[in-house]
Amino acid sequence: MAEHAAAVAHQFDDAEQQRGAAELGMWIFLATEVMFFGGMFTAFTAYRWLYPAAFAHASRHLDVLLGGTNTIVLIGSSLTMVLAVHGAREGHRRSLLVCLALTMLLGGVFLGIKAIEWTHKWEDGLVPGLRFTLTGADAGPQELFFFLYFAMTGVHALHLIIGIGVVGVILALAWRGHYTAEYHNPVEVTGLYWHFVDIVWIFLLPMLYLIGRHGP
Amino acid sequence: MARSGVRVYVAVFAALIVLTLATVAVSYVDLGPASVVVALSIAFTKAVLVVLFFMHLRESPGLTWVVAGGGFFWVAILIGLTMSDVLTRGWLPVAGP
Repeated sequence: MAEHAAAVAHQFDDAEQQRGAAELGMWIFLATEVMFFGGMFTAFTAYRWLYPAAFAHASRHLDVLLGGTNTIVLIGSSLTMVLAVHGAREGHRRSLLVCLALTMLLGGVFLGIKAIEWTHKWEDGLVPGLRFTLTGADAGPQELFFFLYFAMTGVHALHLIIGIGVVGVILALAWRGHYTAEYHNPVEVTGLYWHFVDIVWIFLLPMLYLIGRHGP
Repeated sequence: MARSGVRVYVAVFAALIVLTLATVAVSYVDLGPASVVVALSIAFTKAVLVVLFFMHLRESPGLTWVVAGGGFFWVAILIGLTMSDVLTRGWLPVAGP
């Protein structure tokens, strides 16, 4: 593929059909990802309905400044990712390389802030099963909230780590000149995956950090 | 096929930042049950912006729309049917578990 960058695999009629097949494949994978995260979103919705006060209390232990900053960092990484795809489409190798590197950097910043938050939760004794020190009438449902918090942010962070790794591979291949304006399908589908991970966080911010923010 | 430009991407990015600040700000206001509706409406709007412009769905063929819509449709069934149980448990005076 490297020496024939614009080559069309033999099962496709033309490059356009090949690109369409690659993108549709990624969209189908993302549909399964929607269902995967959907299960946790459903569990959260059900338990939030059953224990609204405890979930609001537990939510107030989270740091909105860190969560909000991370949202902006991740949206920024989506901008650099889409600019990388744009650079690939236009055949601008330099802009593709710079934007991919920035995307990895912002993804790393997100994980760093996330690690700081998790450390705070450990110090505050808010880690279910390992170190959970809240007491009182609604300590049980609050522990449930933090279980869902760590499950959802943990699986999201795992997706981001995978995303950073994939973008790193794409960056290395782009460095070696594998992609042209005619053939850059891996850049396009990696972009789709990255934006999906961003969308998951867009929903996690209000669900985890913002519910019950205005309460007593 | 219409291609998106840098200007469009930056405009969508700006809109996403504004909506993020708005949803954080409005969460400090007590809107009662409407709080959840407002927060999720803003999140949904942001998701649609990302899907249409950053993921280029608006330039994609109809089959991609079906797949993208299908994912959300099935999640709606998952949440809808689950909540139809959870929400209605107190409606009848039957001893629960």
